[in-house]
Amino acid sequence: MLSRVAESVYWMSRYVERAENVARFIDVNFQLMLDEAGGEDRQWQPLVNTTGDHEDFNKRYGTATQENVIKFLTFDTANPNSILSCLRQARENARTVREIISSEMWLQINKFFLTVTSAADNSDWLDSANEFFTEVKEASHLFAGITSATMAHNEAWHFCRLGKMLERADKTSRMLDVKYYILLRSADDVGSPFDDIQWAAVLRSASAFEMYRKRHGRISPKGVVEFLILDREFPRAIQFCLVAARDSLHAISGTPLGTFRYQPEKLLGQLCSDLSFASLEEIIAQGLHEYLDDLQTKVNAVGAGIFETFFAFKTPQSQKKPARVVAQ
Amino acid sequence: MRFNQYEVGNFFDEMFSAEGSPRSAAQALVRSIESLPEGELLTRQQAAERALLQMGITFNVYGEQAGVEKIFPFDILPRIVSAEEWNRIDAGLKQRIRALNLFIDDIYHQQRILKDGIVPKDIIFSAKSYRQQCVGWNPPSGIWCHITGTDLVRHSDGQVYVLEDNLRCPSGVSYVLENRQIMKTLFPRLFAASRIRPVSNYPLKLRDMLESIAPDHIQKPRVVLLTPGIYNSAYFEHSFLAQQMGIELVEGRDLTVEDEQVVMRTTKGFERVDVIYRRLDDDFMDPECFRPDSALGVPGLMQVYKAGNVALANAPGTGIADDKVVYAYVPRMIKYYLGEEILLPNVPTYICAEEKDLTYVLEHLPELVVKAANESGGYGMLVGPHSTKEQCCDFAERIKAAPRNYIAQPTLALSRVPTISGDHFEGRHVDLRPYILYGKDIFVLPGGLTRVALKKGSLVVNSSQGGGSKDTWVLADASHGTQRQEQSTAADTH
Repeated sequence: MLSRVAESVYWMSRYVERAENVARFIDVNFQLMLDEAGGEDRQWQPLVNTTGDHEDFNKRYGTATQENVIKFLTFDTANPNSILSCLRQARENARTVREIISSEMWLQINKFFLTVTSAADNSDWLDSANEFFTEVKEASHLFAGITSATMAHNEAWHFCRLGKMLERADKTSRMLDVKYYILLRSADDVGSPFDDIQWAAVLRSASAFEMYRKRHGRISPKGVVEFLILDREFPRAIQFCLVAARDSLHAISGTPLGTFRYQPEKLLGQLCSDLSFASLEEIIAQGLHEYLDDLQTKVNAVGAGIFETFFAFKTPQSQKKPARVVAQ
Repeated sequence: MRFNQYEVGNFFDEMFSAEGSPRSAAQALVRSIESLPEGELLTRQQAAERALLQMGITFNVYGEQAGVEKIFPFDILPRIVSAEEWNRIDAGLKQRIRALNLFIDDIYHQQRILKDGIVPKDIIFSAKSYRQQCVGWNPPSGIWCHITGTDLVRHSDGQVYVLEDNLRCPSGVSYVLENRQIMKTLFPRLFAASRIRPVSNYPLKLRDMLESIAPDHIQKPRVVLLTPGIYNSAYFEHSFLAQQMGIELVEGRDLTVEDEQVVMRTTKGFERVDVIYRRLDDDFMDPECFRPDSALGVPGLMQVYKAGNVALANAPGTGIADDKVVYAYVPRMIKYYLGEEILLPNVPTYICAEEKDLTYVLEHLPELVVKAANESGGYGMLVGPHSTKEQCCDFAERIKAAPRNYIAQPTLALSRVPTISGDHFEGRHVDLRPYILYGKDIFVLPGGLTRVALKKGSLVVNSSQGGGSKDTWVLADASHGTQRQEQSTAADTH
């Protein structure tokens, strides 16, 4: 398929996933606030940190009040990662590849976009914020379902999945990082009922609460970390996401699993192996923050490698270098 | 809603006779609409608008902020064409396209029509759309204009006239297909009961035609659609057609030239392209051959084309037959090349380059419609009766400065079709653009885009200037019975 088209499909999918994750973050914070008396605003700064856009936020808004943060993350068109901006970009990308995606997918992404823009135009919007975030999550799920059910699972579909899974791995790691940092900062809270509630909220923001309970039962910080990083079956766990991304990458390139031909295959393969053989103890010993930071850097490098390999503008001459298949 | 208050006025009405009774082709429709419960038609109209918005059937408007999309307004009352009338239109269009194609081929080869003095040389050589670079080129099978959209209008005399030929990149066919899709969901029973000729096989016909013009030695040609990009006003149509044909939609930057082949950049390296349905004007296609500042095209494309390694639809250079002054000579061309009388007449046209006509035009500006030879989309036009004295004077100066660039025609009283206006029907002026494909043979899509001037009294149907569209129902005659059934079965699968 065309490089330009592959890139658009990949970003379309990433942006939809990003919008969903932002909605998750905000929604779960709402839930948390209902459980905590007083000091609400301290809950909102970490949310901005999760997205990695805190510098822009601090410059333009200053204090992280509920209203500021929600505005910044939801409808601020100057924030490229707000829900509205994500949807705008997802739709713009979809528009350039309408002939590749199914009409049903286009219809859904268009409806999704209209839902968000009409909410953005509604001044009483905050009263039904909860419903709105639920709608965003559902619209994203519907898009994923339609994609899976109406689009041939061909190269373009694998680029969709690749984008979605890398985005999701990145967001789960960020969420975990920020929450862990905040939660363990006040040592007094550890093991208190409030702590349980906080950790349950972390799980809920990844729709992981029920699945976690089935698997681990009691809520403990270590259990949550293990579940969200190393679980092989839960679809928002980092290991699950990266394995799915790797499978799609190899489906696209045709390189056998366990070998690599392109740089991102090598990086992602190594990342998946590391996760397969990692233990929670080692992660904690390294320091969770350091571990997640390193992981995010590697996921970003995979993204950059995908760009170089599949999307970047090349001339016929530069392609003539013989490609080598290297066994890992 | 009922038609009892509907005024036909002093115009030809496509649905009602001058006495106010439904024309025979429209009787079933009128009955069916009148039998709807009060308010139901408006509900369906709103459903149609919602569907268009959700389907993202929009166009971009030039001059507004980049990327601003609008829905192309749609009115659910269709325009109906009887089988007999359509047969006349069909024959007239085929005749016209055959002659125009011979004309283009002649212009870029022997130029017999110029030597014989039928068309003045300087008209051709001064035309903006004449391409010196195309002289001597031989497109496959000698066909230049593969896809044409011809604008037809009906005057109050009841006669259908050809208003304009669009042989460069005519747009609008996607609206024909989508409008029909929406109408089928809104009026399923009426469709089942009527004998309306299908349009949904257009993408199949188009793809067949495009494959048929591939370079001879290619077994399974790769066809692509070349678009200027998402900010082009017809981008929706480009992606829609590519999707419906199952071909790649490419931009200039996706293509490059290597070893006398056009190739496209894919995730797996470079792949050969054999046929390009280009929706880009000649000027922009190849900076090495045409406009050097074009960033939308593919450098070296024309070399590959001349070498016969890629086919282009339409062929570069066809724009010469699109020139509005050249239009005035089409009746003479038909006689010259085919030895036939024109079947679908031209609108009487004054050629400002001819002195006698120029004098007449300047004296009668307030009654005439003046058009610039190289503009489209309703730009560069003067509608005399709807213009102020200053506007007329201003235009007179422009004409005197460059008479070659203008033609004038009497103001036609375009026919009307009932259209929903608030809670009742009012007549609105329409034109009709059928689409013609020319490959191994000539195919005229039964129907076409009925554009409607939604503003009361307005004669300008262009989407960029407040126009909308309607579905066009061509009724089948007895001989189409079986064909229709086959086509609709085939078409309903996608």
